[in-house]
Amino acid sequence: MQAPESWLHPTPAGLYCEPGGFHVDPVRAVPRAVITHAHSDHARPGHQEVLASPETLALMRARLGPARAGLRQRALGWGEVVRVGDVALRLVPAGHVLGSAQVVMEYAGTRAVVSGDYKRHPDPTCRPFEAVACDLFVTEATFGLPVFRHPAPEGEIARLLASLALFPGRCHLVGAYSLGKAQRVIALLRAAGWERPVFLHGAHAALCAVYETLGVRLGPLAPVPAGKGRLAGEIVLAPPSALADRWLARLADPLVACASGWMGIRARARAGGVELPLVLSDHADWDALLATIAEVDAPEVWVTHGREDALLRAMALAGRRARALRLIGYGEEDAAEDAPAA
Amino acid sequence: MIAFGRLLERLAFTPSRNGRLAHLATYFRATADPDRGFALAALAGTLALRSAKPGLLRGLAAARTDPELFALSYEFVGDLAETVALLWPAPSDPAAAPPRLAEIIAGLGATPPAELPALLAGWLDRFDPGTRLALLKLVTGGLRVGISARLAHLALAAAFGVAPEAIAEVWHALEPPYLPLFAWLEGTAPRPDPADTPHFRPPMLAHPLEAADAAALDWSAYRAEWKWDGIRVQLVATRTGRRLFSRGAEDISAAFPEILAAMEFAAVLDGELLIRRGTEIAPFATLQRRLNRKSPGAKLLAEAPAHVRLYDILFDGSEDLRPLPFDARRARLEALLARERPAAMDLSPLIAFQDGSELAALRAGARAAGIEGLMLKHGASPYLAGRARGPWWKWKRDPLAIDAVLMYAERGHGRRSGFYSDFTFGLWRADGELVPVGKSYSGYTDAELRLLDRFVRTHTTARFGPVHEVEKSLVLEIGFDSAQRSTRHKSGVALRFPRILRLRPDKPAAEADRLDALTAIL
Ligand SMILES: [Zn+2]
Ligand SMILES: [Zn+2]
Repeated sequence: MQAPESWLHPTPAGLYCEPGGFHVDPVRAVPRAVITHAHSDHARPGHQEVLASPETLALMRARLGPARAGLRQRALGWGEVVRVGDVALRLVPAGHVLGSAQVVMEYAGTRAVVSGDYKRHPDPTCRPFEAVACDLFVTEATFGLPVFRHPAPEGEIARLLASLALFPGRCHLVGAYSLGKAQRVIALLRAAGWERPVFLHGAHAALCAVYETLGVRLGPLAPVPAGKGRLAGEIVLAPPSALADRWLARLADPLVACASGWMGIRARARAGGVELPLVLSDHADWDALLATIAEVDAPEVWVTHGREDALLRAMALAGRRARALRLIGYGEEDAAEDAPAA
Repeated sequence: MIAFGRLLERLAFTPSRNGRLAHLATYFRATADPDRGFALAALAGTLALRSAKPGLLRGLAAARTDPELFALSYEFVGDLAETVALLWPAPSDPAAAPPRLAEIIAGLGATPPAELPALLAGWLDRFDPGTRLALLKLVTGGLRVGISARLAHLALAAAFGVAPEAIAEVWHALEPPYLPLFAWLEGTAPRPDPADTPHFRPPMLAHPLEAADAAALDWSAYRAEWKWDGIRVQLVATRTGRRLFSRGAEDISAAFPEILAAMEFAAVLDGELLIRRGTEIAPFATLQRRLNRKSPGAKLLAEAPAHVRLYDILFDGSEDLRPLPFDARRARLEALLARERPAAMDLSPLIAFQDGSELAALRAGARAAGIEGLMLKHGASPYLAGRARGPWWKWKRDPLAIDAVLMYAERGHGRRSGFYSDFTFGLWRADGELVPVGKSYSGYTDAELRLLDRFVRTHTTARFGPVHEVEKSLVLEIGFDSAQRSTRHKSGVALRFPRILRLRPDKPAAEADRLDALTAIL
């Protein structure tokens, strides 16, 4: 028995698994990388060998271009165990976005799990999170404060549809991050019975197409037509960064909504000029972080990007050993991923 | 209470007037009595609740959460009530029916202060975060959604297809939860009769006269008066009581006992409250001193005696004169004054004139204290509640001053450090949105600075670093040297050397100037 702390190390390039000879989600180019998911702060370009889920590899190729998404790409099926060096490695769904995985590593009779980003609310566009008991659990803490309790996603979509019913003359422009959130919003709309085309800002079209080829059905999608004052009573999705853009003139009396975990905080929502904040996050909220840590029941917890302070305090209160890794380079996309239009 | 919480949240994020009206109308239609009546009162500021201090909120949070987690959360969220609402543990029994707004109002009224924390905690346990926030804002007296009684009336009018003036007419004679009002609106009862209660009637308001209007005016049909620089008041005296109301329907009777004492008649009169010293009208600042005192002492009463300059009559006894033309009302007003000879009141004289150019010259020369310009009133017009375009015009003398609404404030430096002394103010755009037009650090007196500072501290609705956003309810009269087009401002206009001439707490924010008034002089 060798505790995972002795064979998994935080390094400037990211978490390094010594007996496997690989990094998990390294922030700079490395010889061998295991990638949890395709968000840009986790999936960097230029690695020699990349191991990831088939969906993550497909999304990386779409975002980075085939040449920069790893010289050698190795797809790992869900639950498939492979030996990398002396380590038994497998990927388990993380429920964050399509293809997102937890990295489960076993070595010398102990098990470490790097969760990447994860959530516990059901998401029709990806496989649900599976809890794996372990000796060391590495968790994110993007929403690691007790003020973050994400409401049921269906309720937030119902608020969007209620607003459409109340303001049928206004185009409803929803800010949603282009990988994961946009597709989830569309899928939730479909589940709520919205059958009309969903109109997409150019930034969203390519990734929605990849989702479709990977078997996620999104229904009718269309580009935003040119002209002025269009699409009254319709739903348009755009990246949060485009919510204050000049192209808004194309839309009829646009009502700006934004789908993000940060929308639960009023000052954040107001700073973005949002009229309809939708609290919809692809990250675990406070209760989910605590419940997941209790469920995997690891004696040692490492906290990566996000708000480590509060989570460390909660671990101390619960009598669990925990430390903040303070890795540099993560969370940039999470902030954008869930950011109000600033 | 859940529906009320949702309404408040939608209002907090909806800047446009039409959007707010739609949310309010939907709520009033969909919500049952008596909850909607209490909601109406809470929004319009007519609900008297014993309010809780912020310390109570801190105490509630401390009993349920770890202090370190609370501190980290508060630091991030920046608002105490919101922090408590968000981190309060989820309902222990989600099936338990949450209390209705009416139960909450009743509970707050019946509970001694010592038992308030336990009562609130029990309610918080049964709510979702949005409703928890609404509850905490309600009990700390900080709804701050900027709904005026006028906007509430418009929403009721839209919801039930009634004229807003008809609602305003009965509104002031009723009390929360306004059951007779809603019964009438839904067609299940006749219109409530305000009868003999001394209540407020919605006043007739004037439009600013623009150059284009002046050019088209049939001057011979209009009567001219000075526009007095005081505050508009309504004097109501019936068999059952006497009241003095501000134009915003606020009962200011207690602040002006000498006027109340002089109301030895049965009538509803419209006039301007001024401070008069001999034959002189004192500057507005003197009136301001009186307005700041809920009940003035003998010294202040002697130094700054109040006076009402009357210009219209709405009721003579129980006879409603509002349908009569202006000229006929004027004759009735003169007759009443001749008959009753009330103390502390006189008649606003009519100004004789031949044509528009003569009036324009009078207006330009009107520099006396206490005069703001001219009023033009159509001789044949009835007394119409609201601001109809045409029958009454106001023709202010100095175009280089605007009435703007305070929007943001920042702390100053040097002599003023510690005070909120940098102010951003805005005007109404045609779509009902308030847009900033300038920023000022000067013009006010030290006393006004203290008032402004207190206003900011008690009316902050959001914080962006050092910048405090405040409830859009305080009107500032802004003087400036010139206005220029600007692409840097959302309003498209920049003011040169703006300064705060005075505070206008008596003026409803909805009646501050519109951006058009400024763009018209570019
Ligand atoms: Zn991510
Ligand atoms: Zn991340």
